[in-house]
Amino acid sequence: MLTRRVIPCLDVDAGRVVKGVSFVDIRDAGDPSTLAAFYNDEGADELVFLDITASSDARNTMVEVVEKVSSEVFIPLTVGGGIRSVDNMRKMLEAGADKVSINSAAVINPELIEECAKEFGSQCVVLAMDVKRNIDETTKQYSSSTTVEGISWQVYTHGGRHPTTLDAMQWAKRATECGAGELLVTSMDADGQKTGYDNSLLSSISDSVSVPVIASGGAGALEHFYDALVYGKSDAVLAASLFHFGELRVSEVKSYLEDRGIPVRKVE
Amino acid sequence: MVPKIVIINTRAANVHSVDKALRKVGADPVITSDPQQLISADAAVLPGVGASDSVMTALNSLRLTNPVKQFAASGRPLLCICIGLQVLFNSSEEGELPGLGLVQGSVQLIRPGMKDKFGNQMKVPHIGWNEVHFTDGETERNPIFKGIPQGSHFYFVHSYRCVPDEQSEIAATTNYGVEVCAAVVRDNVIGTQFHPEKSGSIGLQIYKNFFNLTLSVQQ
Repeated sequence: MLTRRVIPCLDVDAGRVVKGVSFVDIRDAGDPSTLAAFYNDEGADELVFLDITASSDARNTMVEVVEKVSSEVFIPLTVGGGIRSVDNMRKMLEAGADKVSINSAAVINPELIEECAKEFGSQCVVLAMDVKRNIDETTKQYSSSTTVEGISWQVYTHGGRHPTTLDAMQWAKRATECGAGELLVTSMDADGQKTGYDNSLLSSISDSVSVPVIASGGAGALEHFYDALVYGKSDAVLAASLFHFGELRVSEVKSYLEDRGIPVRKVE
Repeated sequence: MVPKIVIINTRAANVHSVDKALRKVGADPVITSDPQQLISADAAVLPGVGASDSVMTALNSLRLTNPVKQFAASGRPLLCICIGLQVLFNSSEEGELPGLGLVQGSVQLIRPGMKDKFGNQMKVPHIGWNEVHFTDGETERNPIFKGIPQGSHFYFVHSYRCVPDEQSEIAATTNYGVEVCAAVVRDNVIGTQFHPEKSGSIGLQIYKNFFNLTLSVQQ
C-alpha cells in the first residue's frame, strides 16, 4: 500500500536553513546538509528546500546546496523559491533536485508550468501555492467561487506579500491542467500558528484535482498530521520549524500515524 | 580493472541522481549519449523520467536505439529505471512511438478512481513510497535483489504501468488499487518501475548489487 509521506521543509537563505513564523521573524536553524542527513536517518520520505532569498548570488549558493545534499542523501529532493524559467529549473534538476516547485512565476505566467512539464515531465513540476481565507467582503469580491461552508481562499505571491485575484480552487485546477504533477498548499492563516493545518482548504483542493496534495502550514502537534491526511485528504504532510527545533521528531510522527492505521514507511 | 558503467543520457532523465548513487557505492560511471561508449561498456543504465515518447525520440535521434538493443542482446547487465523500463516494451498508451520491444507486452495508464481505505480517491500519478513484493525466491535467485527484505518500501513516480505478456518476467509487484509491476528481469535486462536512486539505503543496495554484478560479469 502506498504510504503517506512526512516531509521536512528547509527554508534556505544564503546556504543556511531558516524558518519564519507566519512569514516573519526569521531565525537561523542550521546547515542544510547536516539537517538533510539527519532527516534521512529519521525516516523523512522526502525533503523540500525553499530558497527564500531572491538575489542571483544566492541562487548559485542554492545550486551548491542541492549538489551537496543530493550526493549524500538518496531520497527525493524538491527545490523551490525564485524559479522563473525552464533554465532555472534545469539548473536545479542537473544539480540533483528531483522536483522543482514554482509559485509566483507560475501565477504571473501559467504557461511556465506547461513549458516545464513538457520539458521535464509533470512529475518534476510542483506547484506551490500560498493561500489565505477571504474574511471580508472587500476581498470576497475578487472571488467568484465559494466552497466549503461558504469559505473561499485567495492566492498570494512573493512569499505571501502580494494578494492576487486568483481563487485557490480555480488556480489548483488550472495548474494541474497545465501539467503540475503535485500541489504544495500552504495556508498562510495556519502557518506558524501550530494549531493544525487548514483541513477544509486541503480537502477542497484534494477533491478538485487528481494529483497529490502536500499539506503545509499549521502543524503543532501529532494529531495535526493525522487530521491533514484523513480529514484534509492530503497525500503528504510538510512541516519545518517543528522539526528543526526538535519539538517533534519525524520518527515520532510516523509511529503516531502508524498506530492509527495510516500506512507509513518505517526505517530501522 | 574498474568496470565501465555507462549511464545512457537521453536528456530526459535524472542521470545525475543515478550517477551520484553509483558513485556512492564505489562505481565510476560515465554519463554519455555516444553509441561507441555504450558499445564498449561493461554494464549500462537506462534511466528515464517524464514521458516515454521523449525517451524514445532521444534514443532515435541520438542513434542509440539499435546500440541499446544490441547491448541487451550481448548479455551484459542493463539496468532500466522507470520510463527506462517502460520503453523496453513494445508499446505504451502514453505515446505513439514504438518501444524497444525487448520485453513483450504493453504499458497502460493507471486509471484514477480507485479509493483507499479512508474512502479517498487514489491519485495518478502514483507518487511516493510503496511496499514491494518480490516473486517467491526472487531475492535469493536474483543477485540484483540480494539482501533486499520482502516488503521493502521503494520510491515510485509514474502514471503508467507495465504489463508483460509473460507473467514469469515480473520479478516484483506493488499494490496501488491495481497490481503494478514493480520490477522485470529478463536474463541480463533488469528493469525497476521505482527509483532505487531515490529509495534511501535500500535503493542504494540495488546499485551496490548492480555494481557487484558488473564486477562478476567482467571477470
